[in-house]
Amino acid sequence: MSVIAPNFKFSKFIQSLISDVVWFVLIFSLIGFPIIMMVLFFIPMPVIDGELLTPFLAFTYLADPTRTLPIVQSFMMTDMFKIMAFPGFGFAALLAAGTIFVERKMLAKLQLRVGPFYCGKFEGILQLMGDGLKLISKEIIIPAKADKPIFWAAPVLFVASAAAFVALIPVAPGWVVADVDLGLLAVFAVIGFFPIVTILSAWSANSKFPFIGGIRALFQMVSFEIPLILSLLGVVMVTGSLNLSEIAASQSSFPWILFLPVGAIVFFITMLAELERIPFDLPEAESEIVAGWLTELSGMMYGLVQLGTYLKLYAFAALFTVLFLGGWNGPMIVPQFPMELVTEGIPLGPITAKIGGLEPLLTELITPEMINGVLMFVLKTVGVIFFILLPRGVFPRIRVDMLLNLGWHKLIGLAFVNIFIALALVYAGVLGPGGLQ
Amino acid sequence: MTNEFLPPGLALQKADERIMTLNVGPQHPGSGHMRIIVQIDGDYIVACDPDPGYVHRGEEKMAEYRNYITNIPHLERPVIHDSCNVLYPYVLGVEDLLGIEVPERAKYVRVICSELNRCIYTMYWLAIYGIFLGHSTMFMWPAGDRELLIDLMEKISGARVTHAHFVPGGVRNDLPPNFEEVCLRQVNYFEKRIREYAAVFYDNPILISRTQDTGVLSREDAIRLGVTGSVLRASGVDYDLRKKEPYDVYEELDVHSNVMKEGDSYARSKIPWLDMLESCNIIKQALEKMPKSGSVRVKLKPNPKGKGFNSVYKRVESGRGSLGCHIVSDGKVEPYRLKLSVGSFRNLIALPYLLKGEKLGNMPSVYWSLNYWPVEADR
Repeated sequence: MSVIAPNFKFSKFIQSLISDVVWFVLIFSLIGFPIIMMVLFFIPMPVIDGELLTPFLAFTYLADPTRTLPIVQSFMMTDMFKIMAFPGFGFAALLAAGTIFVERKMLAKLQLRVGPFYCGKFEGILQLMGDGLKLISKEIIIPAKADKPIFWAAPVLFVASAAAFVALIPVAPGWVVADVDLGLLAVFAVIGFFPIVTILSAWSANSKFPFIGGIRALFQMVSFEIPLILSLLGVVMVTGSLNLSEIAASQSSFPWILFLPVGAIVFFITMLAELERIPFDLPEAESEIVAGWLTELSGMMYGLVQLGTYLKLYAFAALFTVLFLGGWNGPMIVPQFPMELVTEGIPLGPITAKIGGLEPLLTELITPEMINGVLMFVLKTVGVIFFILLPRGVFPRIRVDMLLNLGWHKLIGLAFVNIFIALALVYAGVLGPGGLQ
Repeated sequence: MTNEFLPPGLALQKADERIMTLNVGPQHPGSGHMRIIVQIDGDYIVACDPDPGYVHRGEEKMAEYRNYITNIPHLERPVIHDSCNVLYPYVLGVEDLLGIEVPERAKYVRVICSELNRCIYTMYWLAIYGIFLGHSTMFMWPAGDRELLIDLMEKISGARVTHAHFVPGGVRNDLPPNFEEVCLRQVNYFEKRIREYAAVFYDNPILISRTQDTGVLSREDAIRLGVTGSVLRASGVDYDLRKKEPYDVYEELDVHSNVMKEGDSYARSKIPWLDMLESCNIIKQALEKMPKSGSVRVKLKPNPKGKGFNSVYKRVESGRGSLGCHIVSDGKVEPYRLKLSVGSFRNLIALPYLLKGEKLGNMPSVYWSLNYWPVEADR
């Protein structure tokens, strides 16, 4: 692509990976091994061959898949796995990291640039890791007059709020960290936390530019929370439920965006404002107020806020998917597993390769329906994220008075229009009990 | 502490608790190399005090210790993107002092270089205007498309910026072979590109609603404050030095000066863009009318001296408005006094008047729409 950049060669990539294997082994034995030991202490251990499995015994089983896979299965059913790995934090952080990479490359293509290129040998794929390491290694500077405990706590609280938001999102049938009956109310409660954390961080820094940025963020979030809540009421009316899993399940035939497009548009715009994305990035407007409420944050405190911001972005996009695009519902594109290979084994010449514990894992936990649901969910969410990222290349920033005007005059009115549409659909019998479903 | 202990001319002000004083700059992403002291009441600016001088380099004093030729490289430092236009009045003035007649082809080459430099400067200005409004695409596109014209200037002078190409008596070197075709092709493509900016920037509804009717400078105020260049023409005053006081061969070319009546930030930001399109037009005309061969430089004697004690004042239309150079000679090899009168400083004078009563969010757009270059204002 570029004259000065070295060409990507697959052989050299493999070569470099092999040279790094030593480091992988070293890091695993120093960090990974103790972590696995600690994790094993928390799992309710199965009884195998009449004796209770202890963590130490489990390590001797690692070489035998027949005995390892039940342990993996019981681990995947624990709450800790759900919170830390799959539908919770780890999955969201992975998607958020992908979002940052895609955002940088997409914006670069839009602006006739190359974007991240050198780090990670292939199109700068490890750039994010490099940035993270840089942020970790930087010194954290606290302003002398800051209110230190609150200033320290604010970034952590921000990430915690974002993670709590992520925990409420159902990814596939049954795959949700917290399946709350009043899930949508919980979402509103979590969204209500963000302005508080923002103003805490901004005010405790005791500096002028963060203060102005925090006040702007407060204006923006509070005035856009009302249309946000109102725009989602239409979905609640036609579904008759506040449980996010039930709302997603109710869209098995058609997504609500077909009937409630006005609500979807209002929710999308308020989402951009809540996420402080361009054109609504007033709290971080760099040419006016340096970096807004992030000005005094340094090092990993800034990194945590960025992590929280992108987790929040993922969570909002996922919420849009669940409420308007049908969540995990979609055409079945994942083929059924050839189960006879698992039950009867794969004939390899004279011997037959057969893995014992795979069958319950594939029939109970990782079913084709679950994989298809996750795939549909991820595809839709990535589509929504793409549309969230796109305005950054096209629009300039708007002004505070224009923002408030938009929020209070136009969006609230449109949200009420959406509510009336939903009411009409329910009363006419098109949707709701007795109608289409 | 009371007023009697203060030096004369200073007075203590009573602190108002509602008013917050913001130091925008010199280390602020929206200030440039200067400081703007802004007092805000809520979201409204009640007073604004621009504080330039952070990049003062004493160009005028330095010029008194160098002879007429060695002055060339350092006099273009105030605006390195627009270096040909910054040198232009100096070179015209020295030619007047020394009584040199410039060859016809050199005059055309100068006009081409000057217009190319105007575009290069304006693209840089436009890039910063884009990022000041939070439009990152408008930062990257002009910064990239500028390369086309920088490559042309590199072909002409050998340097990408700071060309030092204009010398008393003509230009330093003749155009490279085959230059006319390359120039025409690149300028045509450049023109096509900047016309595309309208779709993403100048016709953008958010940009229009953000910059229209903000920082309005009326026609009377513009004349009274003495602003020049695009700021003056955005307020409805048709005053372009290329048309009013044509220098070199501008009178033989068809120059159209762009005027808008609104006087707001939008008009002030659109005039330079229209000027770039006009520059492309002028370059094409000059390429057509230019003599195809001939000398481009009159050879000077080493260490030329001015004739007796006399002075000359020349001015040209630069990227930021009228740029004048007053040279006083006392018959020695160095100028006795050299004074640069720059458009940037004249335009900056309007800033406190425009920002008063505006919202804080309008500060970057009003400030940078003044077509102002901090380094040139400090000289």
